Amino acid sequence: MPEISYREAVSSALREALNDDLRVFLVGEDIGPYGGAYAVTKGFTEEFGPDRIKDSPLSESAFVGAGVGAAMGGLRPIVELMTINFSMLAMDQIINHAAKVRYMSGGQLSAPMIIRTVTGGGAQVAATHSQNFEGWFATVPGMKVVVPSTPYDVLGLFRSCREEADPVMFVEHILLYSSRGEVPEGTYKVPLGESDVKRKGSHLTIVSYSRMVLLALDAARKLSQEGIEVEVIDLRCLRPLDMEPVLESVRKTHRALIVEEVWKTGGFGAEVAAQIQEHAFDYLDGPVARVAGAEVPMPYSRPLERAAIPDSDVIAHAVKSSIMG
Amino acid sequence: MVKVPMTAKETLEAPQLLELYRQMMLIRVFEEECARQYMQGNIHGFLHLYIGEEAIAVGSISTLRDQDYVVTHYRDHGHALAKGIDSKSAMAELFGKATGCSRGKGGSMHLFDTSKNFMGGYAIVAGQMPVAAGLALAAKSKGEDRLVICYLGDGALNEGEFHESMNLASIWKLPVIYFCENNLYGMGAPVWDTLALADNIYKLAESYNMPGMRLNGMDVLEVREVTQEASEHVRSGKGPIFLEAQTYRFRGHSIADPAEYRHGIEVEDWLEKDPIVTFKRKLLDEGRASEQELSDIDGAVMKEIEEAAKFADDSPFPEIDTLFEDVYADQPVPSNSGRLTE
Ligand SMILES: Cc1ncc(C[n+]2csc(CCOP(=O)(O)OP(=O)(O)O)c2C)c(N)n1
Ligand SMILES: [Mg+2]
Repeated sequence: MPEISYREAVSSALREALNDDLRVFLVGEDIGPYGGAYAVTKGFTEEFGPDRIKDSPLSESAFVGAGVGAAMGGLRPIVELMTINFSMLAMDQIINHAAKVRYMSGGQLSAPMIIRTVTGGGAQVAATHSQNFEGWFATVPGMKVVVPSTPYDVLGLFRSCREEADPVMFVEHILLYSSRGEVPEGTYKVPLGESDVKRKGSHLTIVSYSRMVLLALDAARKLSQEGIEVEVIDLRCLRPLDMEPVLESVRKTHRALIVEEVWKTGGFGAEVAAQIQEHAFDYLDGPVARVAGAEVPMPYSRPLERAAIPDSDVIAHAVKSSIMG
Repeated sequence: MVKVPMTAKETLEAPQLLELYRQMMLIRVFEEECARQYMQGNIHGFLHLYIGEEAIAVGSISTLRDQDYVVTHYRDHGHALAKGIDSKSAMAELFGKATGCSRGKGGSMHLFDTSKNFMGGYAIVAGQMPVAAGLALAAKSKGEDRLVICYLGDGALNEGEFHESMNLASIWKLPVIYFCENNLYGMGAPVWDTLALADNIYKLAESYNMPGMRLNGMDVLEVREVTQEASEHVRSGKGPIFLEAQTYRFRGHSIADPAEYRHGIEVEDWLEKDPIVTFKRKLLDEGRASEQELSDIDGAVMKEIEEAAKFADDSPFPEIDTLFEDVYADQPVPSNSGRLTE
């Protein structure tokens, strides 16, 4: 199987969409000749022309909202919000229009669009530029939220997003673009709402998503040398959320640890923890544990930022505390 | 009222002229040092250099008084230094050190020093504009004798917050100068592709019943003069004013950007207008300064920046405990019995 980077996976997913479907166009800030802030759309303008690769002014609310209208009008917009931090300037269009137009119109209208954006900290770009809002969007009925951790999932999930009749937030992680992974030839798909067991284990279940999955796997490898076998489940989608593999795993391991990068208070992991106790309470040998980002605006300084974001040692430590009780 | 001033008329004494030169040079050398330190791995994250635009910060801020507030965007080193932030504490901030002006928490894009009434660099495009309006509202409500100057890029003109702030400042007659640094690009996007009014940005002000003026942002004396005039308007209680300085950033959008989207000829043309080189030539040609005086200044500036880098390097990183400091105040705010001022 060929190995490609996460960035290449996003790029090829977009290329496929543009090649397969003339209704598809891309819009966003500096996605044209500049090639995108994370170089995902390099060369796209030459390949597809400026009508399909639309550079937008710095007007998040306007171009996301225009995406909603274009989707209602029969096009298939793929909108790029340069980072999830700037989604706040487009919040009204995403939440009040994209996510609700089907319901409010009694099913007459819909906004089948993909909003791609970039989440995460760790790049030392400080408080305004290092946030994880994907969980917010997942609280909104009408929205779907995809959070891939590997190139394989990026391609497979994106193909499924294109078949969605409703809006999807496709959330990439800033530190994953150069990560690599195997991807089979052919147009396989990963359906939305299927959590994935990324590693088998019997002592504890880690539930995670996006970049933290890779750190959880790191921790699991280290722990394995000490005889602790951790099962790692990647949610891949926050909405629709597939809890079945999580519950099945917890019924087997009797312990759960949720790992996420966002602030713990109201983080998406709180929802996962609640559902575990709702549906698998009798199987638990201890409380559902959580590892999450420090409850502070992200600091710039390197040692402070490192202390604010969970790493594999912190995860491994939490696994042990959970098992030792 | 729309005015396009053509020439600078103000007459300054030699020491004042040399001080303008020194400040521009300080910013230039500071940022060249930043670029070097970035390559050496001492500065991380985003680093947006102001090189080429120094005449704007220096020309405009040199007309302000200490109590006037400066609010700006993420390309903030120039404004910070011009407002008097110590080059040591600015450099230390970029190094992420405890001695930095934001205690290592803000980094390049979020410099703050309230002791200098430098009210911050804000990194969400146009996000500083409503904040500037609010600071102006506070000053006006409290009867304080100060104005706010708020810098923004040409890219900010496309955000709703620009238009909302312009209107609000106008109807509330707030003492604020909105100062657009039109360097022709927002990241890789040229103004002529993104702005409906690209050739006449200063005329946007008309829609908000606010005066707008255009000026040459490469000429420190012209910047001074126009800002002077703008301040008089604002200080006299007539409400806000909008300035458009035409300028160019000599480097990429950030240190990571090779700026391949700009044509060589365009860049060459603007490099010719280097605000420091042209000002230096003017001072020499007009006999306002000697080679010796200027090179003494260069030497002093280089020494200052060398010391700033050393200070930053020698300073400690913040203690990990400080991670949780300043999320909230330590103590509640005591009542001031309802008085408007402390
Ligand atoms: C709301 C928002 N959208 C996008 C960005 C990313 N971004 C940072 S600076 C910038 C370009 C801004 O250009 P301009 O306002 O002209 O200022 P300049 O960098 O030229 O000084 C962009 C797109 C951001 N910080 N905030
Ligand atoms: Mg600009």
